[in-house]
Amino acid sequence: MPAFLSDAIDVDAPDQALRLAAAERAAAMAVPSPESEVWRYSRIAELDLATYTPAAVRTTVTGADQVPAADAALVAQLVAGMAVHDVFDELNAAYHRTVAICVPAGKVLAEPIVVTHHIDGGSAGSGAPAFYPRLVIHAGADSEFTVVERFESADDTRALVVPRLVVHASQAARVSYLGINLLGTKVWQLGHQQATGERDSTTLLATVALGGDYARVRTDARVVGQGATTKQVALYYADGDQMHDFRTLQDHIADKTYSDLLFKGAVQGTAKSVYTGLIRIREDARGSVAYQTNRNLTLSEGAWAESVPNLDIKTNDVKCSHASTVGPIDEEQRFYLESRGIPPQVAERLVVLGFFDDVLSLLPVSLQGHGDLRADLRARVATKLQAAMA
Amino acid sequence: MSTLEIKGLVASVAGKQILNGIDLVVRSGEVHAVMGPNGAGKSTLSAVIMGKPGYEVHAGEVLLDGVDLLALPAWQRAQAGLHLVMQYPTEVPGVGLNDMLTEAFKARGRNTDTLAQEVAAEAERINFPVALLDRSLNVDLSGGEKKRNETLQLALLAPKFAILDELDSGLDIDALRDCARRVEDATNENQLGVLAITHYNRLLEELHPDHVHILVKGRIVASGGPELADQLEADGYEAFTGGEPEGAVQAARPSSLDELFAL
Repeated sequence: MPAFLSDAIDVDAPDQALRLAAAERAAAMAVPSPESEVWRYSRIAELDLATYTPAAVRTTVTGADQVPAADAALVAQLVAGMAVHDVFDELNAAYHRTVAICVPAGKVLAEPIVVTHHIDGGSAGSGAPAFYPRLVIHAGADSEFTVVERFESADDTRALVVPRLVVHASQAARVSYLGINLLGTKVWQLGHQQATGERDSTTLLATVALGGDYARVRTDARVVGQGATTKQVALYYADGDQMHDFRTLQDHIADKTYSDLLFKGAVQGTAKSVYTGLIRIREDARGSVAYQTNRNLTLSEGAWAESVPNLDIKTNDVKCSHASTVGPIDEEQRFYLESRGIPPQVAERLVVLGFFDDVLSLLPVSLQGHGDLRADLRARVATKLQAAMA
Repeated sequence: MSTLEIKGLVASVAGKQILNGIDLVVRSGEVHAVMGPNGAGKSTLSAVIMGKPGYEVHAGEVLLDGVDLLALPAWQRAQAGLHLVMQYPTEVPGVGLNDMLTEAFKARGRNTDTLAQEVAAEAERINFPVALLDRSLNVDLSGGEKKRNETLQLALLAPKFAILDELDSGLDIDALRDCARRVEDATNENQLGVLAITHYNRLLEELHPDHVHILVKGRIVASGGPELADQLEADGYEAFTGGEPEGAVQAARPSSLDELFAL
C-alpha cells in the first residue's frame, strides 16, 4: 500500500481507481525544489510533507439552491483536463473532496454561490492535517454567475491546504470567481487554479489573500475561443512573517482574445511577497490584447516584495503591456494629506486603502447585496495596518 | 488678530542653500505677494514654512502667534492654522475629497455631520463641478479643476494663514478669477492672512495684495505696496537683480515665439 494512502481516501468514491493511481504516483515524487524556476523565491524548502496527515475538509455551500446536481460525466471530463505539474496536484487527485458547480446554459444567478472551507486543526497526537479541496465550476453557454470560495481557520490552527480549482466558461458565459484567504498564520496554502474560456466568454478570477503563513496560488488562465476574455485581480497583504506567492499565466490560444490582470499587494513587518506573471500569445492568437500590472507597497524596512513580469509573444498584430512597481508609500501623497492636518498614521491608512481601492472595486461582489463583503475586506486591511502601527 | 512671522530664515535643499535670510510678517486679513524669478526660492519658501520633508533649515524662525512652527511636523503646523495651496497638487489615487476632509476635520476635533453639505456649498461657490467630488484627489482633474479643489479645501479647513504657491500656474483665467475671489472673500469674512507666491502679475490683478515683496536669490530685495508689482511689470526682474539675467536657462530662450520663427 502506498505510503500516502489513508482513511482520507474515499474508497467508495466512483473515481477510486484514479485516486489510488494518483496516490501511488505521488508517493514516488519528491517535493519540488526551490532550485526549479517554477518554485523560485518560494518557501517550499521549508515544507515537510511527512508532518501532515490527509484529512477530510469541512466545507459548506450556500446560494446553490437553483443549481441542479452536477453531471458526473461532465465533471470527470473537466477533471481529466486538469494539468498535473507536481506532487501537490497528484495528492489533490488522490485525496480531493470535490464541490462541483455546473450552471446550465442560459442561467443567470443574481446571488453568488459561496463555498466555505473551514480549516480545522488536527486532534492531539495525529500531527497536522492536510486538506485537499477541489472546486469544479462549469458555466454553461450564456450563463452568468459568481462563485466565492472562502478559506478560513482559527489563528492557532496548524494545517496544510492544497486547493485545486477548475473553471470552464462555455460560449458567451460570464463567470466570476473570488477566492478569499482568511487563514491563520500557521496554515500553509499551495493553490493551483486553471481556467478555460471558450468563444466570447468572460472569466474573472479574483483573489484576496490576507492570511496564511506561506500562501501560494498559481493561476493558469487560458483563452481558447475567439473573442474570449479573462480578467485577473488580486489584493494581497502580508504582515509579520507571512509570505504571499503568486504565479499567473495569461495564455492566449485563439485570435482576438483579451486578457487583463491587476495584482496589488502590500508587505509589512518582515513579510514577503512574490509576483511572477507571464503573458503568452501563441501563434494563432492574432489581434489579441493583453495587459498585466503588478504594484507593491513595502510598508516597512524589513519587508520584501518581488515582481517578475514576463512576455512571450509568438505572433504579430497584438497589443500587450506590462507594468510593475515595488516601493514604499509615496512621500508626496503622504505630505499632501499631512499638509491638510491629517496625522501620519491616518494619512498612511488613507494612502494604503486608496492604493487597494481599485482592486476592491473590481472584485465580483455586487454593491447591492454584498457591499458588506467589500466593506468587510476593507476593514480587515485597515485592521492589519493598525496592528502594524500600534 | 493673528501673526505669521518669518525671521532670518535660511534653508537648503539637496545640500544647496536656497533661502539666505527671509524676513516677513503677515497679519490676519492681509494679503502679501512674494514675487520672484525662476530659481529665486519661491517654492522652497512655501515648502519650508509648511514642513515638507527634504528641506533643511539652518537658521531663523517661523512663528504663528508665537508658536514655533519649525519645531512641528507638517500636520501639526496645519492644525496650528497654516494651509498650503500647492502649485502642483499631488494625485492621491483611491482617496476621495470627502475621505480626506473627514479625517482632516476629525483631527481638528470638528464635527463632520454637515460636511457633505458644506462641501457641496463650497463646490458651488467655487464652480467646482459636483460630479467631480467623488473622484480621487487630483486624479484626472484639469489644471483649473485642481486649483478650484485646492481653494475649496482652503475655504473648508478655514486656516489662519494660507500660502498660495503659484496659484496662477496651469489654470485658465476663469478659474484664476474664481479662486482669487474666494481667497479674497476669506480675507474679508474670516480674516485669513495670505502669502501669495508668484512669478507673474496675473494673479495680483485678481487678488489685490496689500504688500508686495521681491524675492531674488533667496532674499527679499524690495518691499512695498501694490505699486511695486506695477514697477516689476514695467521693468522686469532685471531691475531687481542688478542687471543680471533671470537665469541661464531663461536667458538662452528667445523672448517671444515670433523671434524664434524669424531666426
